[in-house]
Amino acid sequence: MTMNRRNFLKTSIGVAGAASLSACSMNKMASHSGRKAHVVVVGGGFGGATAAKYIRQFDPNIAVTLIDAHANHVTCPFSNLVLAGEKTMADITMNFDSLRSQHDVNVVQGLVTEIDGVNRKLKLADGQTFTYDRLVLSPGIDFKYEAIEGYSAKVAANQMPHAWQAGSQTELLRRQLEAMPDGGLFIMSAPANPFRCPPGPYERASLVASYFKKHKPKSKILILDAKSKFAKQGLFEAGWQSEYPGMIEWVSMDMGGAVNQVDPAMMTVTAADVHKGNVVNIIPPQKAGKIAFDSGLTDQTGWCPVNQKTYESSLVPNIHVVGDSSIAGPLPKSGYSANSEAKICAAAIVALVNGRSAPEPSWVNTCYSLVAPDYGISVASVYKYEEGKTVSVKGAGGVSPKNGNKRLEAVYAQGWYDSITQDIWKS
Amino acid sequence: MFSFSLTRLNEPCSRYVLRAGGLALLIFAGVSVASANDSVTGATIGYTCMGCHGVNGQSPGPIPSIAGQSAERLTTQMMAYRDGSKSGTIMNRIAKGYTPEEIKAVAAFFAQQPAK
Repeated sequence: MTMNRRNFLKTSIGVAGAASLSACSMNKMASHSGRKAHVVVVGGGFGGATAAKYIRQFDPNIAVTLIDAHANHVTCPFSNLVLAGEKTMADITMNFDSLRSQHDVNVVQGLVTEIDGVNRKLKLADGQTFTYDRLVLSPGIDFKYEAIEGYSAKVAANQMPHAWQAGSQTELLRRQLEAMPDGGLFIMSAPANPFRCPPGPYERASLVASYFKKHKPKSKILILDAKSKFAKQGLFEAGWQSEYPGMIEWVSMDMGGAVNQVDPAMMTVTAADVHKGNVVNIIPPQKAGKIAFDSGLTDQTGWCPVNQKTYESSLVPNIHVVGDSSIAGPLPKSGYSANSEAKICAAAIVALVNGRSAPEPSWVNTCYSLVAPDYGISVASVYKYEEGKTVSVKGAGGVSPKNGNKRLEAVYAQGWYDSITQDIWKS
Repeated sequence: MFSFSLTRLNEPCSRYVLRAGGLALLIFAGVSVASANDSVTGATIGYTCMGCHGVNGQSPGPIPSIAGQSAERLTTQMMAYRDGSKSGTIMNRIAKGYTPEEIKAVAAFFAQQPAK
């Protein structure tokens, strides 16, 4: 089915007219018919869903279509709590109902296979096509499977999950950890920078350790790392020592930790040495989501260069890239960053559609990590725009103090999750 | 510039502000930005706070709500986090990222949001 902008508007009017006889419906119809632009958002995660909501909120006269390959979004944040048995998949699964009902976003389930930046059109795997005035792309990450010999999407899905996109692999890894005998070895490989959620692998090791401590206390965790330092390292290592003495071993790149080969049949992982695990979690090096490559939006780094004030691609006009796929200066690839970037992008798009210049941006990133379910640590940064670049504000930000209130930071980690998921998917 | 544009907003647009939350503010903030050159508006900063403090500053969980508090109180607290006279878990690190003018602007923004 072909759906160009005019058809999209007609359909929307039809739906609004048929679905609602309330006093609001007349206003709604009026606003539909008067819409001045159509923005398509690809990806319903932290970046895309935020952009869709806020474009509609900032200017109700812009029509927004959100396209996601799935009916729901399962959040990576808190998926490590699912691995630890502290949360369920339902707890971390978000739907798009509020975007539909409260923001009148046209939510479409489908896989975008082709973007034509010249004619501002895109095509889905099922043949549907859409035209756009501006496109927001928030496709998240893809994996460089080929960097590790023997590893592949198939191995990840069946034997050695990455579980770095929450969903079925989160469930697989949880089942494997549950089935592991006490005294077993859980091997993780952590990737080189840049990658999604820099403290994530170390939070994962921590929360799996909290599960082992309760249920399989003789078990060990081996982290093989392609880096020689990692986010919140001092705080994590202090927590590992106090909470899980002797359970977690971290092998840095300098010490031969970079994994270059796996053998799923033997459950072995090869770095400087060969290690055999009961459960193996390979987090491969990463790159921008596939559609970003297919659409010519990536540079030699494998990520998408963008204007730091508008998130418009430096390579293809009228396409904005937010979230993990974009090169956002010093902002890390986190859900909080994606949410912050998407609000700046939404405000910029609304300004541009209305013939104004994009407003001066300001960003925050806050990342909580759990060393244990009741032991939280955090890192925060504030960013500003300076001479075309995003820069960290000097003197601000940083990690929790060593003697910080770990219990309260764990409470606030939950508070952060409650707030940001409500901001994006539930309000 | 901030105080001018926000004060101007407070009076004639208060109905809109209450009804539409940040929307009216941002639209007007956009207008004010055009004349204020490189200044960041209180609304732009405010939207970045909501990832922890909830939509429009109305927190659904254990992080304190900041919506509808007086601009004076919010400014005083942020300035105290900024100079270290008040201790928080994370707010000292965040408050240091803003100038006193930016703190006043974001305090005015959250003061305009309906309390939870």
